[in-house]
Amino acid sequence: MFCDSLIALTMLTNFALVTTSRVAKVIQLAVLQGIILGALPLAMGLGVHPHILAMALCAVAVKGWFIPFLFRRALRRVKTQREVEPYISYGASVVCCALGTAMSLMLAHSLPLAPGTTHPLLVPAGLATLFTGSLLLVSRKKALTQVVGYLVLENGIYLFALMLVEEMPLLVEAGILLDLFVGIFVMGIVINHISIAFDSMETHHLAKLRD
Amino acid sequence: MAWYLILLPLAAAVLALALPRGSARVRLLPLTAVLHLAGLLAALGRGGPLRPGTWLGLDPLGGWVLLVISVLFAICAWYTPAYLALRPNRDNRVFVACFLSFLGLASLLAQANHPGLVWVAMETLTLATAPLIYFNKNQRSLEAAWKYLMIGSVGIAFALLGTLFIAYAAHMGGIREPLYYDRLAREAALLSRPWLRVGFILCLVGYGTKMGIAPLHTWKPDAYGETPGVVGALLAGGMTSCAFLSLLRIQGLMAASGEGPFSRGLLVAMGLFSMAWALVFMVRQGDLKRLLAYSSVEHMGILLFGVGLGGPAVGFALFHLAANALVKCVLFLSVGNIHRSYDARQLPFVTGAIRRTPVSAWLLLLGFLAITGTPPFAPFISEFNLAVLGMGPGRLWPGLAFMALLAGVFLAMSETLVKVVFGTPSRARARTPYRDTFGTTAPLVAALLLTLALGLWLPRPLAVMLRSSAAMLEAHP
Repeated sequence: MFCDSLIALTMLTNFALVTTSRVAKVIQLAVLQGIILGALPLAMGLGVHPHILAMALCAVAVKGWFIPFLFRRALRRVKTQREVEPYISYGASVVCCALGTAMSLMLAHSLPLAPGTTHPLLVPAGLATLFTGSLLLVSRKKALTQVVGYLVLENGIYLFALMLVEEMPLLVEAGILLDLFVGIFVMGIVINHISIAFDSMETHHLAKLRD
Repeated sequence: MAWYLILLPLAAAVLALALPRGSARVRLLPLTAVLHLAGLLAALGRGGPLRPGTWLGLDPLGGWVLLVISVLFAICAWYTPAYLALRPNRDNRVFVACFLSFLGLASLLAQANHPGLVWVAMETLTLATAPLIYFNKNQRSLEAAWKYLMIGSVGIAFALLGTLFIAYAAHMGGIREPLYYDRLAREAALLSRPWLRVGFILCLVGYGTKMGIAPLHTWKPDAYGETPGVVGALLAGGMTSCAFLSLLRIQGLMAASGEGPFSRGLLVAMGLFSMAWALVFMVRQGDLKRLLAYSSVEHMGILLFGVGLGGPAVGFALFHLAANALVKCVLFLSVGNIHRSYDARQLPFVTGAIRRTPVSAWLLLLGFLAITGTPPFAPFISEFNLAVLGMGPGRLWPGLAFMALLAGVFLAMSETLVKVVFGTPSRARARTPYRDTFGTTAPLVAALLLTLALGLWLPRPLAVMLRSSAAMLEAHP
């Protein structure tokens, strides 16, 4: 029961993410979601496996501490703190997010589950979070918010991966950890380069290349 | 041998990072390329089926793709020293190291017998190639590298989810870890069909982004536009082939589990859509490197189209992989030379190249004729046969649409390239000191001759390899 509320909470954070305009707030929400996801395997009773415990701790450490640290440092360097005029307005984003969540529920409903699955909610929650991440990625202009979108997208994959982590620990953990560390690490470097080169983090500076 | 092919280039990359002198570093490239190609040929010559239940091994499909990449790398590595000599003010430490690690990671990907390992290789390949795009270290190349990393990472994330879905399909069928590809193909009937389908779509989106099929190609014109031509050649011929191979492995599973018709329909549709999209952006495209990038989008479409047609077309699609890689090499490198000579790569600055850099201009012209399917070059064989097979029994439209798109691409490319090659030399751009030399043209001539040779005659061992690779993608349940 507790798990299901955590999963529902994750889906609620999705909605909060697409409506928030202050960049610092978006980062906080992403951190919150990361920590909820870190706690989820423990709530599911997977904490008895030391390797899953280690993976959850890594996820919390990276998403709850390291990434916000990188982001805040980058944010201090630039002045504007608000996402102005996203490509898709906040109202429309909520509608999109709701539609995406509904579609995820429908898609998940049509997929059969292995007998004995204890947390069927993970599939729609994973898909909905994936969708939210993609929405943030395509609809926001700031490089930082886009990276947050990428993080949320990762969270969606992580949610689904929890379905498989007991049966196929090797595949799941290698994938999750590599994605987490390497992807984020490199994005941190690039963000750093962008904020130095442009003295700003708006991606519309990054729009010279077009047809 | 599997480890030799992976570790040799990676060790060379580490050595390149450690070496203090740039000139010594550059010499590592051709040396590694020759040793890698020799090792690969020895491994292929020894042949034999893949040992079941291993993480790494050279099967015909992986062997074919790796052979193409290794030859392409050898040509690029032969060209690079002359190119880097033209840019003496750029530090080449990271460039050479990333260039070499590309080969090592591509070898890992081609030999990986596990969906997770393929994914890991693809991810590291993306990261290792990003610094190559940032070679010019200006704002434009930073933008290109940012788009490449961001879009690439999202694509890779989708591919990871697709891989997990396929793992869940295996879990539903009672197949336990480790999920070797050969084992999954043998027990494909057990896989859960709905999960496999969704997994395939996610992998098509994910690896398709890395291949650069429309509409997931948006990183491509920027990345290819801002990098040196030699990196463009390596990405357009090598990186995209790696992504295509990753997708083919999944397609093999789909065919083996009886879901072939579903995935083939999707592949044909995506392939034609990519070609059409590329054509739209090629019309009046004055930027040479962007033109080539859209040509790459088009040819990725041709590859998907061929695999989607199924049957004998699969062999021609795999043949086209080699033809495309070799001709792209000629095109990107000759455009790179012309770029050096004019210090520009757009119309109206670049015109009358045949008088300034005659050898590069001729190579560009011949490369253009080859890629658009003029006989007797290799792409003609694959493009002609795919068009004919597209009009096979019970279908007419795929083949007709394919031919119409090829004709359109020919016209669109010729408009720009004829001006570039034959136009009146413009006075707007001062001539740089660059002149065509042996070092900057001989590798291109070699690539063009290889294309010509493949168009006229396919050696028997290669034909056998192609046939068995195609059979892996056409398994029946």
